[in-house]
Amino acid sequence: MRYLPLTDAERGEMCSTLGISDVRELFGCIAPERCFYPLDDFPPALSESELIQRFRGFALRNSYPEFLSFLGAGAYPHFIPEVVNSLSAKGEFLTPYTPYQPEVSQGNLQAMFEYQTMMTMLTGMDVSNASLYDGGTAAAEGALLTIRKSGKPRILISSSLHPEYAEIIRTYVQNLHYELLTVGSDRSSGKVDITDLERKLDERTAAFLFQSPNFFGVIEDNGILAEAVHRRNGYAVQVVAEAMSLPFLVPPGRCGVDVVAGEAQSFGLPLSFGGPYLGFLAARDGFLRQMPGRIVGETRDADGKRGYVLTLSTREQHIKREKATSNICTNQAWCAIRAAMYLATMGKVGLTKISRINHQNAAYFVRRVSPFSHVRVRYGRDFFNEVVLEILHGESVDFYERLRKKGILAGIPLGRFFADFGNALLISFTEMHDREMIDRLVAAIGDRP
Amino acid sequence: MNGLPKLIFETSREGKTGYSFREPDWSEGDVPPAVDPAKLREGIDDFPQLSEVEIVRHYTALSRLNYSVDGNFYPLGSCTMKYNPKVNEKIAALDGFQVHPYAPVDTVQGSLEVIRLLEEWLTRVTGMAAFTLTPAAGAHGEFTGILIVRKYLVSRGDPRKIVLIPDSAHGTNPASAHFAGYDIREIPSGPGGIIELETVEKNLGKDVAALMMTNPNTLGIFERNIGPIADALHRNGSLLYMDGANMNALLGIVRPGELGADVLHLNLHKTFSTPHGGGGPGSGPVGVSAPLVPFLPVPRIRRSGDLLEVADSGAGSIGRVKNFYGQFLVMVRALAYLMSLGSEHIRRVAEDAVLNANYLRKRLEGVLDLPYPSPTMHEVVFSDKGLPAKTLDIAKRLLDYGVHPFTIYFPLIVPGAMMIEPTETESKETIDEFVEIIKKIIGEAGTDPAALAQAPRRTPVRRLDETQAARRPVLRWQRRSGA
Repeated sequence: MRYLPLTDAERGEMCSTLGISDVRELFGCIAPERCFYPLDDFPPALSESELIQRFRGFALRNSYPEFLSFLGAGAYPHFIPEVVNSLSAKGEFLTPYTPYQPEVSQGNLQAMFEYQTMMTMLTGMDVSNASLYDGGTAAAEGALLTIRKSGKPRILISSSLHPEYAEIIRTYVQNLHYELLTVGSDRSSGKVDITDLERKLDERTAAFLFQSPNFFGVIEDNGILAEAVHRRNGYAVQVVAEAMSLPFLVPPGRCGVDVVAGEAQSFGLPLSFGGPYLGFLAARDGFLRQMPGRIVGETRDADGKRGYVLTLSTREQHIKREKATSNICTNQAWCAIRAAMYLATMGKVGLTKISRINHQNAAYFVRRVSPFSHVRVRYGRDFFNEVVLEILHGESVDFYERLRKKGILAGIPLGRFFADFGNALLISFTEMHDREMIDRLVAAIGDRP
Repeated sequence: MNGLPKLIFETSREGKTGYSFREPDWSEGDVPPAVDPAKLREGIDDFPQLSEVEIVRHYTALSRLNYSVDGNFYPLGSCTMKYNPKVNEKIAALDGFQVHPYAPVDTVQGSLEVIRLLEEWLTRVTGMAAFTLTPAAGAHGEFTGILIVRKYLVSRGDPRKIVLIPDSAHGTNPASAHFAGYDIREIPSGPGGIIELETVEKNLGKDVAALMMTNPNTLGIFERNIGPIADALHRNGSLLYMDGANMNALLGIVRPGELGADVLHLNLHKTFSTPHGGGGPGSGPVGVSAPLVPFLPVPRIRRSGDLLEVADSGAGSIGRVKNFYGQFLVMVRALAYLMSLGSEHIRRVAEDAVLNANYLRKRLEGVLDLPYPSPTMHEVVFSDKGLPAKTLDIAKRLLDYGVHPFTIYFPLIVPGAMMIEPTETESKETIDEFVEIIKKIIGEAGTDPAALAQAPRRTPVRRLDETQAARRPVLRWQRRSGA
């Protein structure tokens, strides 16, 4: 077997060094009646070429790539420059462990330090950790962070938070005796209902967690929300599911937000059927000692040379065990380094431009469909790159199927998540869509049976 | 060029460009932003600006500072740093796997088939009734597994309060159980380095929900009392959680489900050869016994006629633990690995892993202190007891010889622990060389103690001041004022 370097002669030699005649003797400590079960019903080994063929077969069974797709909702197709693929594929980035021996891990540690810096620049926060699993778990960790920091038991979440994120938060806290309360949205603007928020805020509230741009694509007035929360001595946690909005909008840190948690898949990670993606968590300085996950810090070596180490590990499970700030160990280090590569390649100017193209594509679509009488963009202002399209005549599923027959996946039917959005699609635009594609979508929408 | 590369922010120069894309067919004048202008960002202060070639040079320079499995022997105990097959990277990069997680299920049948097949493989090699592949990493699998334990016990009327965890366990075990809502009671390992039945029985009250057992444990020893311990737990209405981080020793040998495990998590980035990526992404599938299947997290994949379908809710389910389906491309690699092994080679993985560890142990016995002489499985733990050098210094000196150190000072029950896991993908020659280096270092400790105390000298940086890093945290680059 090509992954196993021992020869039969060496195996024999090693067994005689050990004074055994068969390697199976080494498993004598395991209940013998359970050991060495028959493997006959396992499939036979595939050679490398057979393996590639088999997986090409699986890949070919996915017909999705044949469609013109406008799916988003937390997973976005953005262009990835080849340098990101090429550099991140290096074995030196792909095959190390967590940098426990910093002297031989400076490459990863410096790359993580640079990632942390870029995330603080994008969010306007003071500190960023080195990654979490994904947007949903980052939102949950963000909620728990404010509970630890404040000692208060109550979390408010906006109803326009990504429904999967909300489910994950519920799963995370289900046994922890914290109170989760949902704050409603204003029906006409799609933004958080500030009256409902103020009614539900109290002195036991650790934080209000809202998503912006929210699940329906609407940019929240995060400054107003943060102010309301601060008046009741709570923390404002902004969840960002589309990180490409960060270069487009005034950063949360300049709007009074205390913690930013989210999904950075948009920075150099392909769709990949939902993973691996990249959770991120950034916060103001005061949260540092309560942050979950790895953090890289700068220091000096024995010769006074600048270098980097994993730091503040007394927060973590391998030191604090059950008193740790989180159980997280392995995280998404490689994805974070890819994100750093992507961000550095796009750079200051490129990121701003791309984020604007994302918005403009959505704005172009909104303008083009506005004359139609059978559909309506539900929230026609303050969106980033996603909009809700209401189908005024007929169920969205039929509408969706009709467009599908034309080779277009026109968005995500929202009835999947919300009963009261049964006739609406969430349509997402990125820089991967050009004018022709959007025109095709608009024409298909306009072409009524 | 000497020294470490500059930070990317220090290399950046105004006006450089690393990107290219087609400008849209309209200008902002045609499509004015539909956003309150006060919300728009002007730019990102101090964000890098580099040309493409400089990006490539920067990251290539950084890559050269990393130690990796591709480069050399990586005997980091408990981490299973085995070779990560190249073909699996090619397969994971197939365009056809670039599909959206909310795509209609009939358009992503190939991807769903990969998940279903991997679930089936894992079920077969573990003897568990069913698997979820959604957890993102080992600790996430533990958390998921203990949530399942709790939900199951709640369904029986009593969630109970305590999870028993041996003192040799990885720190994630108590942390995960704690976040799942349990108090932790640590139980001591016996003199043989394993859990004794009497210890478990003594701690088994009606408030005990489960025991979390790593098997083989972190000393590399098989918990041979697992059968009677499982029976005792089950008689008490408690469950056995098995941490399968060390499943590499048991692949094709024995199935945890047949040993009495009720819940088991695996690490695809250990046993199943997916790359560690410098600390993730991993994947931590969780397998359960038949009575616990209804409590698995969503989504669940089910066959319905010719079609694979996805269920997003389930009556008993603990809920959702992660977005979408989990770390899909990690699953692709793990399945490719298992298919490469097939019935012919799957057992050979564990056999060679255990043979390599035992051979290494034999060759180092008498050189290093062996605190637990019990039979070794896939890894062996030595200590610095009675040695002329401390574990940390030996580890740092190994770096000068170009070898990554073993895991140090873990498990906590062995003072000065050196935890060595060679894995099956290392040759006898590599292990022999490693043994000779260790012997040489121990020799140096007597003749040239400074060589150890000042090690490493041949690495890009020398020992780093971790105290300063934690005391005065510098966690991001900032432009110095006036600069």
